[in-house]
Amino acid sequence: MRTLIFRTAVPYLASLMILFSIFVLLRGHNEPGGGFIGGLIAASAFAIYGIANGVAPVRRAMHFHPMSIAAAGLLISSISGLVSVFAGVPFMTGLWGSIYILGEKIKISSILFFDIGVYLVVVGAIASIALALEERERE
Amino acid sequence: MAGSSEAEIDLTPAMNLEPVPLLDWLIIMPVAWCIVIGTFLLMMRKNTAQQHLVAIPAMAVQVLITAGLLSQIIINGPTTMVMGRWLPPFGIAFTVDILGAVLAFTAAVVALACTIYGIKDVNHSGRRYGFYSFLFLLMAGVSGAFLTGDIFNLYVWFEVLLIASFGLLILGSEKGQLDGATKYAFLNLVATTLFLIATAYLYGIFGTLNMADIALKIAQSDGTLPLNTVAGLFVLAFVMKAAAFPVNFWLPASYHTPRVVVSALFAGLLTKVGVYAILRVYTMLFSLQREALEPTVNIDALSFAVAIVACLTMLLGAIGALAQTNVRRLLGFLVVSGIGMMLIGVAIGTREAIGGTIFYAVHSILVMTALYIAAGMAAKLCGGAEDMTKIRGIYQKNTLLAAITLMLFLAVAGLPPFSGFWPKLMLVKASIELIIPWWAPFSILLTGFLTTIAVARVWALSYWKPEDDAEDMAETEKGNGALGVSDFVPLIALTIIVVAVGLFPQSVFELAYQSAEQLINPVAYIESVFGSEVVE
Amino acid sequence: MEAWMAVVVGALFAVSIYLMLSKHIIRILIGAAILGNAVNLLIFTNGRLTREVPPIIGVDESVLSAQAANPLPQALVLTAIVIAFSFFAFLLVLGYRAYQELGSDNTDEMRVAEPVDDQTPPLGY
Repeated sequence: MRTLIFRTAVPYLASLMILFSIFVLLRGHNEPGGGFIGGLIAASAFAIYGIANGVAPVRRAMHFHPMSIAAAGLLISSISGLVSVFAGVPFMTGLWGSIYILGEKIKISSILFFDIGVYLVVVGAIASIALALEERERE
Repeated sequence: MAGSSEAEIDLTPAMNLEPVPLLDWLIIMPVAWCIVIGTFLLMMRKNTAQQHLVAIPAMAVQVLITAGLLSQIIINGPTTMVMGRWLPPFGIAFTVDILGAVLAFTAAVVALACTIYGIKDVNHSGRRYGFYSFLFLLMAGVSGAFLTGDIFNLYVWFEVLLIASFGLLILGSEKGQLDGATKYAFLNLVATTLFLIATAYLYGIFGTLNMADIALKIAQSDGTLPLNTVAGLFVLAFVMKAAAFPVNFWLPASYHTPRVVVSALFAGLLTKVGVYAILRVYTMLFSLQREALEPTVNIDALSFAVAIVACLTMLLGAIGALAQTNVRRLLGFLVVSGIGMMLIGVAIGTREAIGGTIFYAVHSILVMTALYIAAGMAAKLCGGAEDMTKIRGIYQKNTLLAAITLMLFLAVAGLPPFSGFWPKLMLVKASIELIIPWWAPFSILLTGFLTTIAVARVWALSYWKPEDDAEDMAETEKGNGALGVSDFVPLIALTIIVVAVGLFPQSVFELAYQSAEQLINPVAYIESVFGSEVVE
Repeated sequence: MEAWMAVVVGALFAVSIYLMLSKHIIRILIGAAILGNAVNLLIFTNGRLTREVPPIIGVDESVLSAQAANPLPQALVLTAIVIAFSFFAFLLVLGYRAYQELGSDNTDEMRVAEPVDDQTPPLGY
């Protein structure tokens, strides 16, 4: 599996996949896509990187422990549901607002943050399982 | 783009546009709070020394939240909050009645006891693996299951608590734990899959997943729908979760393998979620259809089957307990036996029987958790031995622990004046009053007798019988100082509640009766979801 | 179409139950995975299989037209897939660890938690 071609190609492939996963995450706002599938793509990027270069470089590259990433995602998701208390609407109600960046109006919603949270949960959970399985194989 | 033309569309038929009173947030808070704290603890799991400093106050807050919710429900009746402003049955509804609030409160109390007991019982590596965060995520699942009013959402909470319980069960990854966890995981997976199948059929029949909506539609159904099949599937899934015979084998195989505090938590909470689900689905939803078909005093075929399962479960649980030498395995069989006791009330289905079941569930949550904690302390005192032939002379070493354990043993056997006596009395009375075969009350009494023998033997051999020789004494002396304040506080607190419930059962009686009333005749439950005009 | 899917669902259930009756963890695991897929397909079929009619409730109607596929079961399936997927991942790791530690994936030989040579409790004081 760890051929020269594979090892040379993987960094580009993995970074492309992570870029694409963020694209899918943001696209999921109005079109097919979303946090779950985006997270899966990102997690498989980490998994491929782990197959090529070993688990330790992946853990270094992720910086945080995968479970911490998953926890942070869950926290973001639940908080994006809880902010609706300030608007006087029930839990998990979508709230909308817009900001202007470079003169362009961009719509921001609590749903987007929920989706980002889902993305992080999936990245963290799947990456931690994949890395655990890859680590075992080396032993 | 969504939102741009929002102002022109009339949303009133689909959405609740009125502001939500702040107190309604109590409905969702037990779940949201647990998730927030659980994730926070998961992120700080490297700081093993500080975790309990966050966890204990947070769990105390959880107790306060659920207590506030309970008082709110008692005053105002069942309350509903629908996620995302959608009107029911479109949105996911959280509907809380007294049953859900009582169980959520009791669960929070025992979880607080376990959080405190965990200070000493869970070492640094256990905390690094996320004991406290899994504890909170488990509580989120348990509270969510108790509070939700949507049957698919109930399935999701079952899975949440299951995933968290996997994490707790394999904390430490010893051989026995992996063995027990494998059996636990596979059989529970099958159970939740059965639950999902039943939910799919229910949706296929009624086109709705909101429990209040289902209750309305079942009450209006004409008896041609295949509801008994669906009810049977639900009951099979839930008795598997609740560990009733003949699908109970995952429980005695796994509950003695994890850390004591995890066993205590599981014994208190997990199986009762199964019992709660039976009460909610079988008693509240499907009894409406049965009454419409044949309003007799006799019980129908499905309830008869549940009665047989219940009697076999309680008897075989007690007999299994008689055959064990390992104290924690013995307690596992007592958990199973208690499940049988709760199921017999479900099978009888009268107000008194359901009240007895609910009372017994509360009693069982408290007493089983306390018993596991007590067994863990006894093991700690004797250098880690859990075999009743190896533990000796607890009475000599620590009289307080021996006395508390005796009280708990009497409570679990259902002897007065402790909390186990009253629900058994209600169940025996209910089963005699209804036209039900003689073996139902007989099994309840026989189970009490067998349980008394099993626990009395443990107490006589391990607690009362003095140490054989001085050598053993010296050997175990070093473990003597192992018990600290954090061990005794939760045990004593739980025992005080058990004794208090036994001596002054009136308020629990009333709560149990009221919640049974709400279950059997769920008008208030439906009204809280749809408003009063829907129910004639 | 739905009738054929029902046959497929039945076949998947049969396969998964046959596999889960095995003693070996790996077969039970595959059986559990197939069971999850069988249930998902069941729910999916429950909501009708068609893409010709858009699931839109007209202005003066209150329910979906009888030809349209119900989108809610599809949402349920998505949730169930996610859950089944994470379960499968966890069980895979658990089964692998159990195989490593216990040296067997035969459930008959996994007797660490419940030893075979269990003694009975003493009959006297």
